[in-house]
Amino acid sequence: MKLMPCPLNGLRNIQEFVCGGEVAVMPDPATVSDEDWAEHVFLQDNPAGVVREWWCHAATSFWFIAERDTRTDEILRTYPAAELFPERRDFARP
Amino acid sequence: MPFGLLKYGFARSYPAKRLFPVRPPLKEGYDVVIIGGGGHGLAAAYHLAHDHGITDVAVLDKGYLGGGNTARNTTIVRANYLTPEGVSFYAESMKLWRDLSVRLGFNILYAQRGHLTLAHTDASVRTMRWRAEVNKHLDVDSELIWPEEIGRLVPSMDLSRTVRYPVLAALYHPPGAIARHDAVAWGYAARAADKGVELHPETEVTALLTTPDGSRVTGVETSRGPVRANRVLQAVAGSSSLIAGMAGLRLPIRSIPLQACVSQPLKPFLDPIIVSGSLHTYVSQSARGELVMGGATDPYPLYGTRSTLDFKEGLMGHMLELFPGLSEVRILRQWAGIADMTPDFSPIMGPTPVEGLYIDAGWGTWGFKATPICGVTMAHTLATGEAHPLIRSFALQRFRAFDQVGEKGAASVGH
Ligand SMILES: Cc1cc2nc3c(=O)[nH]c(=O)nc-3n(C[C@H](O)[C@H](O)[C@H](O)COP(=O)(O)OP(=O)(O)OC[C@H]3O[C@@H](n4cnc5c(N)ncnc54)[C@H](O)[C@@H]3O)c2cc1C
Repeated sequence: MKLMPCPLNGLRNIQEFVCGGEVAVMPDPATVSDEDWAEHVFLQDNPAGVVREWWCHAATSFWFIAERDTRTDEILRTYPAAELFPERRDFARP
Repeated sequence: MPFGLLKYGFARSYPAKRLFPVRPPLKEGYDVVIIGGGGHGLAAAYHLAHDHGITDVAVLDKGYLGGGNTARNTTIVRANYLTPEGVSFYAESMKLWRDLSVRLGFNILYAQRGHLTLAHTDASVRTMRWRAEVNKHLDVDSELIWPEEIGRLVPSMDLSRTVRYPVLAALYHPPGAIARHDAVAWGYAARAADKGVELHPETEVTALLTTPDGSRVTGVETSRGPVRANRVLQAVAGSSSLIAGMAGLRLPIRSIPLQACVSQPLKPFLDPIIVSGSLHTYVSQSARGELVMGGATDPYPLYGTRSTLDFKEGLMGHMLELFPGLSEVRILRQWAGIADMTPDFSPIMGPTPVEGLYIDAGWGTWGFKATPICGVTMAHTLATGEAHPLIRSFALQRFRAFDQVGEKGAASVGH
């Protein structure tokens, strides 16, 4: 069984988690062009090496950040999303 | 050729015949360089030489020929997809498969078995019906059948209503087939080499060379030195993002392992190929009698081909629900390949924004069946500089235009 160190729940079976994809800076939806939005939505770095991703502990709906090495399947570090996103972001329509 | 055989039988020595020539030294340049010596790269090389007379071609592979996903797949060949673009494309491939052994002079053990996609919910019955109608419209043999007929085709499967997910119906695709995957790569490689194509195993591409502004490809850097070429095709499956990244391109691809396993050999009892999307399971019986089994991809991206117990546990639970009689059967081997997954479960084929660089990628868990038609269409695209009509809807640009070809309903478990 592979374990994921969850910042909220401690070491848990990785089957309890969902991988939410690479952390990417979201362009402002109100001003971004369709092309750049498509790029943000679809294109991936997909690196062979260390990747920074969103993960969710499904049972507790807790989203956090994990850094993994995609060559060795090692989880290097996990931390609450607040470390990367200290400020709350609102997505109200302009 | 009975006399040939007789003569061979009485011969004093049996010199082994090489399938391909010994690896030659790398030349300074070629007309076309193909990165990736899997089925796709080798088929493209063969068709460049055969259809277009372009023989100054080098196929480079970092490992041995056909050692990537071509060697790891579960060899299901079918055309019962969901979109008209997908169905037409895979149907053309099926036509090429049928006489591929003759074309290549190499027995690929092509065996038409019939293919059943099980539906366990009303929603999936509806999707099967939809697929059947699209298929029939495009002249692909496909129909919805009910448990009575399923029972006649697969008497060993549990069709009782007392299980957790009873089988309600199935999409039946009689042309569904399996083939010997290695033989496909070897056959294309041997025939391409006959026509003058150079095969370079153990030659890793480490960089793409471009003009200073990055707009045009001029060659590749390899572990055996630089090679010039104005036309480069990348056909590297799980490594697609890494090669494209060498030219500064990002792709809508995630590299995710797909695992599979085989059981010990059993007497033949299972003729059709069985797929269950709801149970994340598929199985076929090989010519050797082994059950070839797999499911959906792993839950997260990875470039390592390790095997997991999670996969085996999940698969076996569901497999026993369909075939309770297998409970004493042992697993012989388990393995994984790195699948290049696109968001719409369709491939990415054609020219790229970098002039001279062509791509054949996004083959995920479903690209083996496309090997012959990829050879034809990519060779055409490289020879003419224009995407072959059959692959126009698979262009990389479709994502920028929000014009995807959604095949998830027909490709996520049934590869
Ligand atoms: C477990 C599993 C089951 C599958 N089942 C099916 C199925 O039932 N039906 C189906 O249709 N498809 C199936 N597939 C998908 C199918 O196997 C692939 O889509 C197909 O084989 C891709 O062929 P290819 O020639 O493009 O890639 P590959 O065969 O992977 O060849 C790519 C080659 O590129 C080489 N390469 C990579 N990087 C470099 C570099 N830097 N320099 C030089 N060479 C490089 C690799 O060594 C490799 O040999 C399955 C895949 C897996 C993993």
